Parts: sequence; C-alpha cells; structure tokens
Amino acid sequence: MKNNKITGRLLSAPYLLWETVFILIPLGMVFYFGLTDRTGAFTLENVLAMMSAEHAKALWLSIGLSLASTLICFLLAYPLSMILAHMNVNQHSFIVLIFILPMWMNFLLRTLAWQTLLEKNGVINHILEFLHMPSLNIINTPAAIILGMVYNFLPFMVLPVYNSLVKIDPNVVNAARDLGANELQTFIKITFPLTLPGVISGITMVFVPALTTFVISKLLGGSKILLIGNVIEEEFTQAGNWHLGSGLSIVLMIFIIFNMVISAIFDKNGEGNML
Amino acid sequence: MKKELINLIDISKSFDGELVLDELNLNIHENEFLTLLGPSGCGKTTTLRIMGGFVTPDKGRVIFDGQDITSLPPNKRQLNTVFQKYALFTHMDIAENIAFGLKIKNKPKSYIDDKIKYALKLVNLEGYEKRMPDSLSGGQQQRIAIARAIVNEPKVLLLDEPLGALDLKLRQDMQYELIRLKNELGITFIYVTHDQEEALTMSDTIVVMNQGYIQQIGTPETIYNEPENAFVADFIGDSNIIDAVMLEDKLVSILGTRFACVDTGFGCNKPVDVVIRPEDVELTSPEEGSLQGVVSHLIFKGVHYEMEVMAGGFEWLVHSTQMFPVGTQVGIRVNPFNIQIMNKPESEDEEATGIEE
Repeated sequence: MKNNKITGRLLSAPYLLWETVFILIPLGMVFYFGLTDRTGAFTLENVLAMMSAEHAKALWLSIGLSLASTLICFLLAYPLSMILAHMNVNQHSFIVLIFILPMWMNFLLRTLAWQTLLEKNGVINHILEFLHMPSLNIINTPAAIILGMVYNFLPFMVLPVYNSLVKIDPNVVNAARDLGANELQTFIKITFPLTLPGVISGITMVFVPALTTFVISKLLGGSKILLIGNVIEEEFTQAGNWHLGSGLSIVLMIFIIFNMVISAIFDKNGEGNML
Repeated sequence: MKKELINLIDISKSFDGELVLDELNLNIHENEFLTLLGPSGCGKTTTLRIMGGFVTPDKGRVIFDGQDITSLPPNKRQLNTVFQKYALFTHMDIAENIAFGLKIKNKPKSYIDDKIKYALKLVNLEGYEKRMPDSLSGGQQQRIAIARAIVNEPKVLLLDEPLGALDLKLRQDMQYELIRLKNELGITFIYVTHDQEEALTMSDTIVVMNQGYIQQIGTPETIYNEPENAFVADFIGDSNIIDAVMLEDKLVSILGTRFACVDTGFGCNKPVDVVIRPEDVELTSPEEGSLQGVVSHLIFKGVHYEMEVMAGGFEWLVHSTQMFPVGTQVGIRVNPFNIQIMNKPESEDEEATGIEE
C-alpha cells in the first residue's frame, strides 16, 4: 500500500517537474512582471493599460475577428459534421483523413502558404487573371485574417460537434419522429440541444486561440492591423517592456478563463476532451 | 372475431442484398396483445420498424385501419413506439419528455398537464415530473418511455424488446405491469422479443418467426403444446425432438418402441418428428416403462430436477420433482396426450419457410 503510493509519486515526478518548469514558473513570472514596474514596486498600471485607446482598439478588433471566425467555423462545421455522422465508416474515414491531413503540417507553414496564395501577384490572382476575372485583394485586410483563422481552427470545431452528434442514439431521433415531430422540429428540439455541449466546446476551442493569435494576423494582416496578440508580442520582442506585455497578458487570461468556465459548465461529458 | 386493425401484405425487405423479410403476411386485430417472437436476425424488429415507419419495405403494403400507410412518415402515423433502451430525451425533464408529442400537436396547456398527471399515475411514478431521465433507474425510465408514448392515445403501441435491458426480477414485474396497462388502455400492443417466457406470459397471440418467415401463429397454449414444426418446438421451451415413424392413426414408433398417441391423419409408416416436453416424460422403475434407460446427468434447478436419460440411443431431457441419481436404471413412460407429432420438413429450406397453409 505504502509502496504503491511512493511508486505513484515517483512516476508522476517527471510530469510535476515539467508542469513546474514550463507552466507554473512562467505563469508566476507573468504575474510578477505584470503587477510590478521597472523598479520592482507593485503597480496596476500595466493591467490598466489595456484601457488606453490603442490597446482597447486592438482588443476589440481581436474579439470582433475571433467572434466572426468562430461563427463562420460553426456555420461550416455543423453541416459538415452532420454529413460525416450520417456516412458509413469507409466514406467517412476518407473525408476525415483529407480533413486532418493539413493538420500534420506545421501551422506556420500552412499560414505562410495562404500568404503566397493571396498575394497581389500570388497564385490565386494569377489564376483569376488567366480566367479574365477581377483580382482578389484581401491580403493585409481583416478578411484575410478571418480566412486564416477559419482555415486553421475549423477542425477544432468539427471534432467536438461531430463527437456529440455520433453520441446521439438514433432511436432518440426516431422517438421524436414517432411522437409527431417533423424533421425540422426534431432538429430544433432534439438534435441541436443534445449537441450543445459539443458546440460550446468547439466555440471555446476556436475562440480562445483566435483571440490570442499573433502569427495569423502578422502573416496575413501585414503590419497595419494590430491584434492584441501582436501588441503583446511587440512589447516583449521589440519594445522590451516585459512589464506592460505581462500586464496585458493578464487581462487576456481573464477573458480566456471566463470562456473556459462557461465551456466547462455546458460540456459536462467532455466532448471537447477528445483533442 | 375482432376487427382487423393492421394488415401486412406481401412485405419483403432486404438489407445490403440480404433478404430479411420474404413476402410476409400478417393481420393484427384491435385490442390484441401480439408478440413477434424469434431469434436475433429473424426479421421481427424489421417488421415492427416497418409498422412504425422507420423502415420502408421493398415490396408489399402496410394497411392501417383500412388505409394504406406504406409511404407515410412516422410522424403521420397513429401508432407510437417504445424503443429499446428507452430513448428518452436526456436534456428534458420527465414532464417535458411526456409532453413532447402533445406540444408538437399544439394541445392546450391544461390538457397537457392533465395528461402528464394521468400518464404518471398509470405507470406508478406520480410526482416525478421534475426529475431528469438520467436520475431514474432502468425500470423507471422504461415506464416513462411508455407514458410518453401512450399520452398520444395511439391505437397501437409498438414495443421493441422494451424489457431487454432490465434484470430478471424487474422484467417479471414489468410483464404484469404491461398486461395491466394493456387492459386499462384497451389498445393493441405489438411486442417484439426473443424471450419465449416473456411471450408466453403476456401475449394473446404469438407469431414465431425465423429467417424472415412466419413459422407459426397461435395462442401461447397452442404454440407451446402443439408446435407445428421442429423450429417452433425447439425455440419455445426445452423439448425432446425425436425421429419417429407414424405406424398408423394413434400409434407411433419412437426409437423402435411403440407408443400410443392421439394424432391421426398422417398416413401409414410415415416418418415424422415427435416432440415431447421434458416435464411430460415420466420416469418409472424399468419394468413399468415403455422404454428403458440410464440417468446420465442430474442438475438441481430449484423448481425441479433436470435429468438426462440415455434410452434407445437418444438422450432424453427430463424435468421431474422426483430425483433419480446418476446411473439409476429407469423406465420412460409418456402419456399419449403429450406426444406431439409433426410432419418432417422435406428440405432444410422448408424448415425455415414453415408449413404452408
């Protein structure tokens, strides 16, 4: 009994070490820098800096673009998940494969690829020119950022929604039909409410990384569009003001924790835990 | 005879090229408790789903109360289903589950509330309105599934192995509950099960199915006492099915020994199958029996002893309250009334298709 306890602790040691070095210490550092000034004295200035016009603008733009891409992801993912859920195993593993395939490639590389595709003299415009169609000028616009977000985060919406759809007993849907509901009523009253936990998980898993991204906005938004992720990144890498960067990070963390809590309340069965 | 409510006419259905039902014909009467009984894969559930509207037959027609409903979707049919594993709506409380069908039909709130009360009382779960389905036991969930179906006042209730997930004691209680419900509601129950005991306990009519064909239709007594073929005899209860020769009317030769029986009309010297239920085999002292043998196995079953007796080259299954130890020399005697004679199937195929009428 006692031996087991000791072995258990020993076995969990690497994990605890990892957690301490790579999660707890950095987190502690963020809070330390965020709540002090250059002299090391306590201050809320760095946190409250989020309310300044330029930072607030970046935050609102981030929230707006993240919400837009989350909504688009949802609108694309739900029908796709329904189609997948109704397919037989052979067809569906093929679709899932072509869907997952890009995810094996590096995130940065995929986003860079979109930059090349969308450029003024990029592949898409060459094709459009060849077809005598008007050229597409969305690189360095919010539209390009949303496209990048949707492209990168769509699988995170599809998987939890798909999981919650296939978990529904087909007889539950049959029962609704049996009790007089037509297909639309069945979807509104039965299928959709039963997939809500999956949808909420999907929303969290798309919204949170979209809110904090700085790579997508940097590569596809040019240098003009600053998201809150870019602002924080610049404070660390260019301005060298770790205090301000950490303070802004704390604010962002509060948003994320809020979102996670909502998700945890709805997703009791852990549809999102598959990832 | 009561009015016919459902007619299945020449129903055929295949899944992935495999024939599940072949030209099935069945008439179901008003206020009848009819059970579709058979092993898994016999087509009983498919038959039920065709009536419910969840499966469309490849061929044939479904007539309900004189109307052809073959292509009607489930929500337009006047029958309700109680599904395997209950299929309750887990995101709604019990009252909302029961009210579902009535709300879809836009019934007034006071009517719905009365109906919920009435249905919960009927299934002995008063006061459960605000509970969630997951917080109920299997037996309670099953009762709610029934309540949810019957508030819609269907003319027919379809039940797809509703007791399969319950433990033995609960299953027996629910059997009596279902009989009571059926009598109180005065509607037709169509029940699917592979459990022959369930079928015998509850049904007015049993339809024994195998490989997509109806083997026999009859009351529980007929099905048990006078099985029409070896499949039915074997499937319903334990039985001794023995090759025999019908020597003449009321005289049969079983394993070379002459037994008096009551059946007539099979002709002379005709090979037949004989069914003798294990409880109908009487064990006596060797001198008194028509056939002599030795007890080869003995198991205590509670209600009775189950013994196997090697006699005349056949292993007889015997149920008796009297115990004979292994190795005892015994005699076998059978009351002529308890010997059931069946025509031998001409081929393997005919065994599945049953006896043509």
